[in-house]
Amino acid sequence: MNPFGYARAADAADAVRLGSAPRAAYLGGGTNLVDLMRRNVVAPATLVDVTGLSSAIEERPDGGLLIGAAARNTAVAEHRAVRARYPLLARAILAGGSAQIRNMATVAGNILQRTRCPYFYDVAGSRCNRRHPGQGCDAIDGHNRDHAILGGSPACVATHPSDMCVALAAADAVVHLRGARGARVLPLTELHRLPGDHPEIETELEAGELITAVELPPLPPGAASGYRKVRDRAGYAFALVSVAAVLRVERGVITAVRLALGGVAPKPWRARTAEQALLGAPADPATFRAAARTELAAAVPLRHNAFKIELAERTVTAVLADLAGEAR
Amino acid sequence: MRVNGAEVEAAVDPRTSLLDLLRETLGLSGTKKGCDQGACGACTVLADGERILSCLALAVQYAGREITTVEGLAGPDGPHPLQRAFIDHDGFQCGYCTPGHLCSAVGMAAEAARGVPSYVTADLTADRVVLDRDEIRERMSGNLCRCGAHNGIVAAIAATYAAGPGERA
Repeated sequence: MNPFGYARAADAADAVRLGSAPRAAYLGGGTNLVDLMRRNVVAPATLVDVTGLSSAIEERPDGGLLIGAAARNTAVAEHRAVRARYPLLARAILAGGSAQIRNMATVAGNILQRTRCPYFYDVAGSRCNRRHPGQGCDAIDGHNRDHAILGGSPACVATHPSDMCVALAAADAVVHLRGARGARVLPLTELHRLPGDHPEIETELEAGELITAVELPPLPPGAASGYRKVRDRAGYAFALVSVAAVLRVERGVITAVRLALGGVAPKPWRARTAEQALLGAPADPATFRAAARTELAAAVPLRHNAFKIELAERTVTAVLADLAGEAR
Repeated sequence: MRVNGAEVEAAVDPRTSLLDLLRETLGLSGTKKGCDQGACGACTVLADGERILSCLALAVQYAGREITTVEGLAGPDGPHPLQRAFIDHDGFQCGYCTPGHLCSAVGMAAEAARGVPSYVTADLTADRVVLDRDEIRERMSGNLCRCGAHNGIVAAIAATYAAGPGERA
């Protein structure tokens, strides 16, 4: 690991001031960043520890929640209001990492974690456009079973690894940001970028810009929500496919729906094409399956991951069927 | 920071992991370095009672915290009840993952006692967690045993905590 300086931010303004220095990086729980530094994938000159910033989980007047960016993953998943009103979020967080990692990892750190594409981590032996722009991508013709089927580009087919973000995407979460030029908000679905020609630019964050909180609007009244993760072993593994969904059914008709996929794209994938097919349609398995198909029609499989198309269709269908049963 | 109840002071390079501080600087070699990348759980310790991975923890972030390692689990009357249960139920072969499993299970019991759900908990809003085998396996999935002693490990944890989570932590 390269030598670096360490500074603890007293508040958000202090963090932004420290974080705007050249080659500074924000440090949350360190569960991804420390590993990246140890393997020389990244080498910041200064770590700005932001774990002392707000970790409060506050009730909003509109019935939503405001979650401080430094809240630990476990603290969010165990919070009464999250468990009762945002089951998709509690379940998604509990599907991610291990208990030890969830006790360390912060909300903002989870959002900004890097891909687990093995070629990204293999500094000595592999080419990676995300790590070294213009170098080439060894995943596209390599072992790409875990890689993206949606939203990839000829430059990068890495997936975003977060479970929590898939639920946040389906919950219409909004990210609060603070930078040198002031504060702003951004829907979570607009925070991460698709790789295109520049996979090294992963988010819309400006240099030194800090995530200070995540805001959850209330889910549609009467809607059920859930999260299902499909992986190679029963626990502690990244998703092959995951699905977060919010569904309301009235007199057999879908009157509210939000759907997001994980494990299939370089960013948390909000499935708006499927949502359009579902809204106003009868809540039955044929509808669910057909809607999943319309979303996956855009999929471009690689040599080893075509199975994800069928897997995603089946998982979407199963999750929506479960929620339709609950919502009745 | 405090380690196993004793005040310790150490000047560390910011690069030093909590794991290396414990093992190399403080000589507490009970905590094991397995993968050193957060995949195996062998380095699990408790920070203010919460289980964490000491290999991914920068020591500087834990200034002022109370750290408990496997060396700190036993009481004045001998081994921790969980340690006795690991012996009774053959919860290990080579023993390398055992310190991590022990610390992890102590932290797990405290989580269950305060009602933290897991991915396999059917009712997320339930006040009380029933630590059946499925719950224990899911909650302990961050600790790997390459000898394959998981059946004994789960039995030892169930024998210690299934009756009343956290009561004997």
